[in-house]
Amino acid sequence: MIKSNLGYFSKIEPFGTVDGPGVRTVFFLAGCPLRCLYCHNPETWAYQNGNSLTGDEVLKMVKRYQSYYGKDGGVTFSGGEPLAQSEFLIETCSLLRSNGIHVALDTSGVGNPLYHEKVLNQVDLVIYDLKAADSDLYRRITSQPIDPTEVFLSTLQRVGTPIWIRQVIVPKINDTPENLEATAQKIATLKNVVKVELLPYHTMGKAKYDKLHIAYPLEDTPAMDLELCKRLNESLILRIEEIRNTNR
Amino acid sequence: MSKPWEGFIEGNWQNDVDVDDFIQKNFTLYEGDDSFLAPISANTEKVWARCEELLTEERRLGVLDIDTDEISGIANFKPGYILKDYESIVGLQSDAPLKRIINPYGGIKLAASIVKHYGREMKPEYDRIFNEYTKTHNQGVFDAYTKEMRKVRHTGLLTGLPDAYGRGRIIGDYRRVALYGIDYLIKMKEADKEAILDITEDTIRLREEVSDQIKALKAIKAMAASYGFDISRPAETAQEAVQWLYFAYLAAVKENNGAAMSLGRTSTFLDIYIQRDLDKNLIDETLAQEYIDQFIIKLRLVRHLRSPEYDELFAGDPTWVTESIGGVSSAGIPLVTKNSFRYLHSLTNISPAPEPNMTVLWSQRLPENFKKYCAKMSIETGAIQYENDDLMEPLYQGDYAIACCVSAMSVGKQTQYFGARTNLAKALLYSLNGGRDENYKELVIAGIPQYEGEVLDYDKVMELYLLTLEKTAKLYVDTMNIIHFMHDKYAYEKSQFALHDTWITRLMAFGAAGLSVVADSLSAIKYAKVTPIRDEHGIAVDFKIEGDFPKFGNDDDRVDQIAVDIISKFSGMLKQHPLYRDAVHTLSILTITSNVVYGKKTGSTPDGRKAGEPFAPGANPMHGRDNSGALASLNSVAKLPYEEICQDGVSNTFTILPSTLGKTAEERISNCVSILDGYFKLKAHHLNVNVYSRETLMAAMENPQLYPNLTIRVSGYAVRFNRLTKDQQLEVLERTFHDQV
Repeated sequence: MIKSNLGYFSKIEPFGTVDGPGVRTVFFLAGCPLRCLYCHNPETWAYQNGNSLTGDEVLKMVKRYQSYYGKDGGVTFSGGEPLAQSEFLIETCSLLRSNGIHVALDTSGVGNPLYHEKVLNQVDLVIYDLKAADSDLYRRITSQPIDPTEVFLSTLQRVGTPIWIRQVIVPKINDTPENLEATAQKIATLKNVVKVELLPYHTMGKAKYDKLHIAYPLEDTPAMDLELCKRLNESLILRIEEIRNTNR
Repeated sequence: MSKPWEGFIEGNWQNDVDVDDFIQKNFTLYEGDDSFLAPISANTEKVWARCEELLTEERRLGVLDIDTDEISGIANFKPGYILKDYESIVGLQSDAPLKRIINPYGGIKLAASIVKHYGREMKPEYDRIFNEYTKTHNQGVFDAYTKEMRKVRHTGLLTGLPDAYGRGRIIGDYRRVALYGIDYLIKMKEADKEAILDITEDTIRLREEVSDQIKALKAIKAMAASYGFDISRPAETAQEAVQWLYFAYLAAVKENNGAAMSLGRTSTFLDIYIQRDLDKNLIDETLAQEYIDQFIIKLRLVRHLRSPEYDELFAGDPTWVTESIGGVSSAGIPLVTKNSFRYLHSLTNISPAPEPNMTVLWSQRLPENFKKYCAKMSIETGAIQYENDDLMEPLYQGDYAIACCVSAMSVGKQTQYFGARTNLAKALLYSLNGGRDENYKELVIAGIPQYEGEVLDYDKVMELYLLTLEKTAKLYVDTMNIIHFMHDKYAYEKSQFALHDTWITRLMAFGAAGLSVVADSLSAIKYAKVTPIRDEHGIAVDFKIEGDFPKFGNDDDRVDQIAVDIISKFSGMLKQHPLYRDAVHTLSILTITSNVVYGKKTGSTPDGRKAGEPFAPGANPMHGRDNSGALASLNSVAKLPYEEICQDGVSNTFTILPSTLGKTAEERISNCVSILDGYFKLKAHHLNVNVYSRETLMAAMENPQLYPNLTIRVSGYAVRFNRLTKDQQLEVLERTFHDQV
């Protein structure tokens, strides 16, 4: 008997509409190497915490909801950092796709680079969390160096998977013209980007920190203004276009 | 071709009454989007503004006015108008808008008491006529009811029986009047009557009925003439087609006060006339929309005089002017036209409203643009229900429509004997109490052995329950047979049957309430430990539940299968008993808002529901117990079988937060479409879609004046939130709102 890899989950959301296109079932995998200042899911940091499922069990569960996915929807693996469970991902995504299910990977691009290509070969869409284009800011936000995610990004470009780019915007930390310019410059160099989304930082994660008795890193930071974030998003997209046109 | 039919494609519809053939030959499929739609016209604006004044006044008074001079009848009232000069479609039930008609044929006693309740006097002569010279439906029924029937009616094992008011759920094929004119229809009925020669009890009744139908057709013609229209001939223009069709419907609501007086499937039929006039440049889109908006306004003004008890059962003065939109023809072509859009667009032009009860016949094959428009209007107005055309079309062969909430029937070829519903949860309590009622403490159903033992044993309970259901089924069928025998005899809907074929199929629609309570109760007995707490009479008044158990609404077969088994068995039990006039048995799982009253009348149940607490509406999982997410909840209900078992409908009311449905308006629309496609792919039957947050409802409870048009879907119909009783509002708030977790 071939031993299947187990996937560890902090949460499964049968009906999600915000993590990828259409109606999706979202599997939040447990474990993350980053400690982002604004992380609103501290319960997903620990590895092998929570429930586990095999790929077959994931497929069985997904089949119950497949009817609702329509032409756009499917399954999203989010986290935590799903790349921390790459072997499980390779096996499970391949299984899902052979059953006609669209698979999205919601990642910050940090994991064992040996697996990157194999994972990406089994994925229809990458929702890439671009923490910061600038290496200092990246370290400040994530407490980790930028190099691992750069490695992932170059593999991603080579494989050619379509990308949604996301960035959480936090007042005073990265809502600055410098960050937005650096972000625009970075995105302008990437191929296959189909969507760019700035997500306004919210304070709803704080309660979870209190419950887990972890100090909340952004104690005094207010939530990001929704309208302002929307405007920044629009000007970011215009700026990317502009850079691309000049470099053409 | 003759002038009225000029430009139409020929077919069998010219040789026989065959509206379906006419539609299929002549309709223009529209696959575009909603950008062609026109805003409200100046005329409509004036008419609707006047209606809004009247409606506000009606809300204040409860009933705006009652016509105490006349009684119900097709041509018994003088013409009435809202603002005559601005009305492009005319006709009112009585001689003034919102002035209600007294209908004594269902029951003179009830009619008199309602009139009195609203501070008026019924003419004493009616009392004498209907008590001394003739009698009413209600008197006939009670002359025939057995003691046992009176008892189950009293305790609420059977509730909402149409034995004192019109049964409704009959759809006349109102389109026939527009297509053929009255004279042709009279000629056809006369020919039918001549052909009924072999004299038996059945044919005597049928000959008498057809004679009445012919009289009704003549009365419809006279009523239209009083408004200045000659409908003896077919309609020649779009405006005439709408007007002719409306006169035919109007006759039905002048004559009858059925619970549901549904319209049928008219939008695509009328589109043929509108498209012909548009092509000839006789009208423009604004005028086309005006005809529809003004027609819809008229439908919104339909009223019946109801008792306060009735209002408590079915809140918000519903009339179920159900219009079925969309679907696919028997040839496999979507029956979507521009007029399908125009009907729904009235919700934008003249505000969201519960009536007419907009019902989209959903097929996977509907044009994508139409699907999106429906979803958009659902999100914006909360006024639309969806029913699975891919499931129904093969069973009803093309030209069918929905009466009331979920009852499908072939238009003009089938009719329904409405059967209210039985309280399955109460029946379960009877099986634990030796057939005695838990509230009245008296024996209701004889022959049920008393449950022996303390802790409830699943197999033993099941055996007793099935025995109780068998006895209930027999009693239910007998009761229904009496009701419809008497209704045909004393309150025959001649104007509606005149617009049916002479030889029709009758569906007798039984109903069941409390299915999720029963499924959870049986699941608790099977998977947890349930001990009844009995009072001094030995009647179980509460239950001690130890341990957890699977609950309906979580896509868990352990309990979902119990629900499927119980309803399938009950359906089979009903079918063992023959029906009046060879009617065909059907069954619905539908409560409308009566789930609140059912709950009030039912003691504590083994699932942990306390005495008096509401049931879930229709086939819904119990409030808050479907906690595995929206899709799992939908999956559970989708397992309840429609074909052959619950072929009168399985009603599910679904409420989702806007933010859960998606981030942008566009995403919300396309995700809503995915949910509908997904649910109906699983062979589910019906879905009410509500997109709003609990906060909105709470705000509307506190400041009703700020939310005058807030419309929500409850089981099978839509209602203005501010027209619900406090209890009903609270029950809606208790329901599961699907959020992301």
